[in-house]
Amino acid sequence: MEKWHLMTIVVLIGLTVRWTVSLNSYSGAGKPPMFGDYEAQRHWQEITFNLPIKQWYFNSSDNNLQYWGLDYPPLTAYHSLLCAYVAKFINPDWIALHTSRGYESQAHKLFMRTTVLIADLLIYIPAVVLYCCCLKEISTKKKVANALCILLYPGLILIDYGHFQYNSVSLGFALWGVLGVSCDWDLLGSLAFCLAINYKQMELYHSLPFFCFLLGKCFKKGLKGKGFVLLIKLACTVVASFILCWLPFCTEREQTLQVLRRLFPVDRGLFEDKVANIWCSFSIFLKIKEILPHHFQIIIRYCYQENKCFIFIRFFSFCFTFLSLLPACVKLTLQPSSKGFRFTLVSCALSFFLFSFQVHEKSILLVSLPVCLVLSEIPFMSTWFLLVSTFSMLPLLLKDELLMPLVVTTIAFFIACATSFSIFEKTSEEELQLKSFSLSVRKYLPCFTFLSRIIQYLFLISVITMVLLTLITVTLDPPQKLPDLFSVLVCFVSCLHFLFFLVYFNIIIMWDSKSGRNQKKIN
Amino acid sequence: MAALGIAMGGGNWFSALALGVTLLKCLLIPTYHSTDFEVHRNWLAITHSLPVSQWYYEATSEWTLDYPPFFAWFEYALSHVAKYFDQEMLNVRNLNYSSSRTLLFQRFSVIFTDALFVYAVHECCKCIDGKKAGKELTEKPKFILSVLLLWNFGLLIVDHIHFQYNGFLFGLMLLSIARLFQKRHMEGAFLFAVLLHFKHIYLYVAPAYGVYLLRSYCFTANKPDGSIRWNSFSFVRVISLGLIVFLVSALSLGPFLALNQLPQVLSRLFPFKRGLCHAYWAPNFWALYNALDKVLSIIGLELKLLDPNKIPKASMTSGLVQQFQHTVLPSVTPLATLICTLIAMLPSIFCLWFKPQGPRGFLRCLILCALSSFLFGWHVHEKAILLAVLPMSLLSVGKAGDASIFLILTTTGHYSLFPLLFTAPELPTKILLMLLFTTYSISSLKTLFR
Repeated sequence: MEKWHLMTIVVLIGLTVRWTVSLNSYSGAGKPPMFGDYEAQRHWQEITFNLPIKQWYFNSSDNNLQYWGLDYPPLTAYHSLLCAYVAKFINPDWIALHTSRGYESQAHKLFMRTTVLIADLLIYIPAVVLYCCCLKEISTKKKVANALCILLYPGLILIDYGHFQYNSVSLGFALWGVLGVSCDWDLLGSLAFCLAINYKQMELYHSLPFFCFLLGKCFKKGLKGKGFVLLIKLACTVVASFILCWLPFCTEREQTLQVLRRLFPVDRGLFEDKVANIWCSFSIFLKIKEILPHHFQIIIRYCYQENKCFIFIRFFSFCFTFLSLLPACVKLTLQPSSKGFRFTLVSCALSFFLFSFQVHEKSILLVSLPVCLVLSEIPFMSTWFLLVSTFSMLPLLLKDELLMPLVVTTIAFFIACATSFSIFEKTSEEELQLKSFSLSVRKYLPCFTFLSRIIQYLFLISVITMVLLTLITVTLDPPQKLPDLFSVLVCFVSCLHFLFFLVYFNIIIMWDSKSGRNQKKIN
Repeated sequence: MAALGIAMGGGNWFSALALGVTLLKCLLIPTYHSTDFEVHRNWLAITHSLPVSQWYYEATSEWTLDYPPFFAWFEYALSHVAKYFDQEMLNVRNLNYSSSRTLLFQRFSVIFTDALFVYAVHECCKCIDGKKAGKELTEKPKFILSVLLLWNFGLLIVDHIHFQYNGFLFGLMLLSIARLFQKRHMEGAFLFAVLLHFKHIYLYVAPAYGVYLLRSYCFTANKPDGSIRWNSFSFVRVISLGLIVFLVSALSLGPFLALNQLPQVLSRLFPFKRGLCHAYWAPNFWALYNALDKVLSIIGLELKLLDPNKIPKASMTSGLVQQFQHTVLPSVTPLATLICTLIAMLPSIFCLWFKPQGPRGFLRCLILCALSSFLFGWHVHEKAILLAVLPMSLLSVGKAGDASIFLILTTTGHYSLFPLLFTAPELPTKILLMLLFTTYSISSLKTLFR
């Protein structure tokens, strides 16, 4: 069958799954007074439509910032305004100032879900299709299968169409950025990425690899000639796009500062709710008081009394984050390559997720997108990571009553990946891209020959653990003394997985060029 | 790990397809369901709470039992599982009861019983030959047929959204067809007899079965020119077929005969008081007839040829299920529709008798009988188009001519099912699924017969 027929079918399957998932509940459904992310998005439509721009980010009697105040960059606000215009056309009650708080109806739900679908269809899905068509050295069927697997990734579907968010817009823009930069359309790529950052500030997790890759390209072209021109052009593009997006807020210093204060709330804690990063996972050791030696306890308790040592924790987190992503970024600057770029995106985003502060569990999607991009190169590990990333959001999804869509989409994704890429046959060292690494290790430890076997067993254990934990969380009640036991367990297990993947992806990046160069010598 | 790999990647594309469509069915659980949901809940309640003698007399709800006894026993079996989900659904007085557990149980029962349909598709795939087989898996006729049947749009929306149990019934029909292809005629006959006692709508295609079995099974040999050889008639075969049909009917209707309830059962099964057309008109000949009658009556009123007082008040476009009279054209009686149907079936029956072409000829005759009954039958539901579409899939992967007819039939047939789902959230679902199936069927069949 022709390629575009197959792609159409794949896109239709993706859209069908998305829409059927959206028939389920959303975050905060029927839960006054605060409701959830769905109400937040509706509220932003109300605010942006009814109030002048100058008041969007400020606290006032009409705009109570405590009730879902706007905390995303201006592009989100403009998108909400656009949706509000459509809402006004259909039913003004949905966005009436003050009186529409907590508005819930079947028609409104249909409207909101449609806005997500349209945004997805216009931005994210074309990017995925184009990305898969541009993949090199693989057959048409594999390209289509790749598109199917990316479109079936459960995490994004469940958060956008279940919980309710617009991640597909920012991730879509970021993907256009990756496409542009990989295909040497650097200006368009950086423009797209700037749009992504201006939609959700969490895209800054991806900014370092973009910066390093483009800088590396400029260096390669020679800083005295074309490289310098490129650098200037890129700088101008970035500045221009930021100014364009922030235009209404650039006029007064106070406006800009207030928006920045809303985007980066420095007075909030190290982590919110339960999230699978280091800080949250290690905080559970606070509870194991009797096991730890006395002075160690004091240090930890001191670290976590946040009122006292804010700056210390911020610094700590900053150090850890940058130490873990520095090697990959330096390598990318010195040897810019499309493959290195994508793997560095994964590693940087994962470092930020694990060690940064104020991380939400949904931020794992920022790591999942780059992993989807390397699905065709390391299908086994990517599928494993994507399954874990979906599992790490289990407590959130259960709160939104999305158990059935979660189970169904996860199984569907797993089957799609398993049949498209034959992942279970591709666990040799070479296919895991660990060949050069294990060769280096074997220089010191000659018996290190069973790496792929270890990884296979780890995969089995991991899947069994995740399934068991899911069953336990769904069927049993947590003990009364530890009401958050299951969520914390999920976070802890996911965190361990993510640390493992961080090490793995960094190994691939650092040991990559050696095998590439050796291959070229052999050929 | 390697064994898992072989199981996943290797030859098990069929399981992947079946599992994939099952997952899609699970995603369709929260969609709109029609009154048929309440119908089946009511039947669960009736068969569970009341003794057999009351089943066809119970009328607390308007949705009385109007399927043959085997289906009633099927609901009885289901009700024993239902009681672990929600006991309240089995109370006859709980009209329109649809708790989340009830919904889950009913939806899962449809998904689960579809296993018979999956098995039947598997058997059908064995019957088609791979003469046109390409090297790629997705271009093999078996693969295409599996997708066309397992992922059939009409079956998905009628069974898993609108809510019915057609999956396993069509499974029985396809299985009996497969058995006839495999020359296991007795099994085929038995399966069809059982099917008839599950849902009597399959009477539409009974003539095809009857004539084929008589002509190609009871007459064991043909003359060299293909015409009938009268002395090869086998009494044994006729009697064994008759015995099968008789035993199945006895098992089904026997208890009700013993209770002297047969007239009541038959009146429930064949309610001719329901009117020529269903509330939503099935796109058949009588719909055109009604429309013509309406147009003529409007013209007649305008031109003052008709007396407004003489026009009957009951309107056929009111969306109600009832009898009415036509104003200009002669009124249609059930007998008239039967005669029209039989006349429409005659050419294909004659062909099957005088020029039998083996199982393929039988299949063609079956499809034509289904279409004739759809076009000229009394009180036809639009869902009955599936009776023609699904068997046609088997022919479509054989010849290019059949493929093009199949594409026209299936696309229009599926489109005619759209009014079944009229709620707003289902609009994108039905459009997306329809586009999916249509795109796949057109492109795969085009590639097959390149």
